[in-house]
Amino acid sequence: MNTTAIELEVNGRKHSANVPPRKLLSDFIRQDLALPGTHVGCEHGVCGACTILMDGKAVRACLMFAVQADGASLTTVEGLSKAEELHPIQHAFWEEHGLQCGFCTPGMLAAAHELLSENTDPTDEEIREAISGNLCRCTGYEYIIDAIRTAAKKLRVTQASDASQNA
Amino acid sequence: MKPAPFDYHRPEDLQSALSLLGTHTDASIIAGGQSLVPMMNYRLAQPEHLIDINRLSELDYIREDGDQITIGALARHDAIHASELIAEHMPLISHAYEWIAHKAVRNRGTLCGNLCHADPASEMPAIIQVLEATLILARNGSSREVPAKEFFVGTYDTVCEEDEMLVELRIPKPTAGTGWGFEEVSMRKGDFAWAAVVCLLRVENGRLDDVRVAVSGAAEIALRLPDLEVALAGQAPSSDIFENAATKAVDALAPVGSATVSADYKRDLVRALLPRVLSAATARAS
Repeated sequence: MNTTAIELEVNGRKHSANVPPRKLLSDFIRQDLALPGTHVGCEHGVCGACTILMDGKAVRACLMFAVQADGASLTTVEGLSKAEELHPIQHAFWEEHGLQCGFCTPGMLAAAHELLSENTDPTDEEIREAISGNLCRCTGYEYIIDAIRTAAKKLRVTQASDASQNA
Repeated sequence: MKPAPFDYHRPEDLQSALSLLGTHTDASIIAGGQSLVPMMNYRLAQPEHLIDINRLSELDYIREDGDQITIGALARHDAIHASELIAEHMPLISHAYEWIAHKAVRNRGTLCGNLCHADPASEMPAIIQVLEATLILARNGSSREVPAKEFFVGTYDTVCEEDEMLVELRIPKPTAGTGWGFEEVSMRKGDFAWAAVVCLLRVENGRLDDVRVAVSGAAEIALRLPDLEVALAGQAPSSDIFENAATKAVDALAPVGSATVSADYKRDLVRALLPRVLSAATARAS
């Protein structure tokens, strides 16, 4: 089969691969890189479950071909935590019951990560807007909003203590 | 794999992209892919060649050029939404983006791609018509200018030929003091509109002038309402006049219903939204 060579960085690790051009980025991440944390729901850009970070921006992995990620730096849910330590956003989802079945969670985390990297103290309205492209069929969203609000607080505390250590 | 196989081309400059487009039959341009890839995943679109323009940084711009703003084919929704230039000269566009898609889609999707997709319920095809923008279509060796009102010919169909590519959108800056209005109703915020109504107008000596109104979601394409515009020009603005004009305008519309929203309900929406955008635009005009 006709394939194209690509090189990209995923969760800080460099990968090179030969992929058929029609292979979706979501399938490449799950099948070729064996990173099944990126969930595939609708596969046509409606549910948001496959949302990942590409060069820091949230994108839907089912609406890109793997060949288009050549040269990019991706972060999937597997890249958020450090070893056994959850990322503060993940920790907040755990504390606030921001998930039940967990299917939407990787996409929700990516959307929340992008929001909090641009806005350290979002209003509830801004949080709702940021996750408006991600469907959750369990929580009714309220606990997810609580989780992102709590995550913002945790990150502000972390940043403040980092700043005082560096002062 | 969901999409059908295709040959992938990734040109590094516009000239190469245009010559690829001229050489291959059944080729599609892909920029953000936020409309094309879903159609490919459903195999509603099965192009034999995909020409990826994401490396064409020469087309990634939003520029001020005298009395117009030019937007390149690779300018993404999110960049246009955040643009101070757009906010200053075309607040209608900045405001409408609050209603258009979701962050992850706006991060990738491009305005020019959205226009070429020509979804009848998409907001921007109506907006560029009231702004009286011009679209620049290029092919290998030549280019032409198409006024926004002539670009859309049917659902998912434009005048852009197989070997042509929309490379730039040119939007004249509205005259100072122009008021604008935008209203939309959709199933969920960020979804395509059940009905969206947009308007630009001026008020001169207490009389309406240069009234431009367009609707999305109410026909096979987004369209201007010329009869309504003519009827309102020269009138003193009032809610009675707006409501009467809206009732007349809606009689001429033939919206297409769907499983979730009937044609009658769409007509009701347009009737309700028209006076609101006209009042909002009048209030903003100075």
